[in-house]
Amino acid sequence: MNKTWLIIQREYTTRVKNKRFILVTFLMPVLIIGFGFGFGYLSATGTEHRKIAVIDPNGFIKNSLKNTSQIEFSFPSQVDTINYNKKGFTDILIIPKFDGVKKTDYILRSKKSMGLMLQNSITDKINGAIEDKMLQESGIQQSTLDSIHKASQFAELKAYEDKGSSTKESNAGLAMGIGYASGFLIYITLFIYGSMVMRGVMEEKTNRIAEVIISSVKPFELMMGKIIGIGAVGLTQFIMWIVLIMTLSSVAMGMLPADLQHQVASLQQSNGQMGAGMMQASESATRIYQMQHTIQTANWPLILGCFAFYFLGGYLFYSALFAAVGSVVNEDPQDAQSLMFPITMPIIFSYLITNMVTQNPNTPLAFWASMIPFSSPMVMMARIAYGVPSAVTYWELGLSMVILIAGFLFTTWLSGKIYRTGIILYGKKVTWKVMLKWVTTKQF
Amino acid sequence: MEPLLSLKHLVKHYATQKAVDDISFDIQKGSIFGLLGPNGAGKTTLLRMITGIFYPDGGEIILDGKPFNPLEDISKIGYMPEERGMYKKMKIGEQALYLAQLKGLSKADATEKIKYWFKKLEMESWWNKKVEDLSKGMSQKLQFVITVLHEPKLIILDEPFSGLDPLNANLIKDEIYGLAKNGATIIFSTHRMEQVEEICDHIVLVNLGKKILDGTVKDIKQQFKENIFAVQTAQSESIQDNAIYNVVRREEDQVLVKINEGYSTNQVLTQLINDKVNIVAYNELLPSLNDIFIKLVEGTHASTRAFQNQ
Repeated sequence: MNKTWLIIQREYTTRVKNKRFILVTFLMPVLIIGFGFGFGYLSATGTEHRKIAVIDPNGFIKNSLKNTSQIEFSFPSQVDTINYNKKGFTDILIIPKFDGVKKTDYILRSKKSMGLMLQNSITDKINGAIEDKMLQESGIQQSTLDSIHKASQFAELKAYEDKGSSTKESNAGLAMGIGYASGFLIYITLFIYGSMVMRGVMEEKTNRIAEVIISSVKPFELMMGKIIGIGAVGLTQFIMWIVLIMTLSSVAMGMLPADLQHQVASLQQSNGQMGAGMMQASESATRIYQMQHTIQTANWPLILGCFAFYFLGGYLFYSALFAAVGSVVNEDPQDAQSLMFPITMPIIFSYLITNMVTQNPNTPLAFWASMIPFSSPMVMMARIAYGVPSAVTYWELGLSMVILIAGFLFTTWLSGKIYRTGIILYGKKVTWKVMLKWVTTKQF
Repeated sequence: MEPLLSLKHLVKHYATQKAVDDISFDIQKGSIFGLLGPNGAGKTTLLRMITGIFYPDGGEIILDGKPFNPLEDISKIGYMPEERGMYKKMKIGEQALYLAQLKGLSKADATEKIKYWFKKLEMESWWNKKVEDLSKGMSQKLQFVITVLHEPKLIILDEPFSGLDPLNANLIKDEIYGLAKNGATIIFSTHRMEQVEEICDHIVLVNLGKKILDGTVKDIKQQFKENIFAVQTAQSESIQDNAIYNVVRREEDQVLVKINEGYSTNQVLTQLINDKVNIVAYNELLPSLNDIFIKLVEGTHASTRAFQNQ
């Protein structure tokens, strides 16, 4: 055990002291925030602008085709499908004569094809106009119609979940966000740290230092030391990221104007209600308050605790397999590629399942995928975000955790058997079939 | 005297063949022992069993009077494998410290010993360098230091001189003598017979997983001698075959003769003097280990087996 500790220390310190680790740890949050801003900026400014010529023999659709930031509708008379581009239009929309019975095709011709979102919004507008037209024809006044349209925006769903006697506000959007983010983080880190373990093992093997070391320690100790050491590096990185993000966001809050901060604080005290006699909160203060309030609805200690568990569990489960692959690879990196395939496939599949589960946390697929240890680290995090015990019962969570622990004990045992043979075997190409033989027969 | 290491009927199978097939021998305390054999003979497998990397399928290893227990006895052994490796990006001092601690030394103890050896082998300036900055010979020296650092009773060196220039080879050779003198036992595995002849007290030759030769260098040479004598003389043409001896080969200033059975060296001399041969020197030619090695191994398909073993 003492020697495993030495190995853990070496694996940990050589990596944490590495300049690249320090750089990545500090730059990653900055990069993520930078990408976020960049993405927001581009999507705000970089949208395409369409000028659409509309040929409408009916006349009633004109009122519904209102200009937006992206689309400008015109109703010229001398434009057809041949000359619309010359006259400065990007598209031409031809609306057939409406007879009120048949479904008809509306033709859109463009030089550059139009995205699905824009197409749908135009379809909605035309259908809305037809609906209005028919309602009017059946005797409803335009003013009545207007008030109905306005009223249809009234409802906003505010969801609560019942927890025994108390009721708690729940937020599906936030749950989806947390589920997606944690699933994605586990996905990425399984790859990063898993392949770090694999490369570490390959380095020791191709360097031939493995033989020096396993004449001092048991191969299993060497493998576990590496896995635990690198896992600790990953954990360190996460903790530093959390601390950095918290510091950055509190610094950002401190940089807000004083009266805005004051307004946010008083909103917090009054639970979002502006009492009589208080000054009216500005729109931005309300928005900041709402954001903070939404974030507070999540059960953070549970989510972070489970994240730590599932990150470590998933890491231990997969990194043992990565270590086994690293131990049988010779100098040829192509061997590594083909041997890694059966390990990377379940990771990618789990990620795809996670994307579905973030929207539907209670399907049979979600349940089974959150039990099977190959996918449970990612999928269970997506479900936990919807709340325990409302979306995931305690026994489900417990069972999933127990299975994951059993799973990584199994993969560690399995990989230990492959590793101790592979690490000192040179010059022989090893297939999964050969490895299976090492596991099933007593080698040493 | 009780041997330090004693192997009794060791057996180790691989899937298709016996890598080590019933090998037994003893190694005396303080001796320099040569383990010889062609590629693929089973030397590395044998050494890996002695270092606890492999468990034998059969037989017994007795170290220092007790059955070998890899977990406990690891600190008594220093092993320098043929395939030598280091962490390329790690500083040399830290690396030596790490490997010494894995052998069970405390940090302070290890530091002190590394400093002693680095000073002795003129490596003091290396501490903060990285292994990737060292030449092959230099990293070999470092390997040697790491192997002997924890003062093991049994030091196993697999091809310790490959890649060393004559100067550094001599330096290491002297250290090996010194260690043996201080009571360490050294197992020395190589194909370089002239080094074995020079350094080793006792040798064992293995081939195809079996022991085919065991004894002191002197005894083995006696055992394989062919009664050939070199006669140095200016009148070599006067030496002709007769009842006492036959000429084996004529060289520029000497003739090799093989004494026939039943005759003594003095009878040869008498005959030569009678033939009016002016003898400048007369001495027995013992076979070199190289000759013995080739004689025993040649034609045993050792090379094809070595290939399969890869």
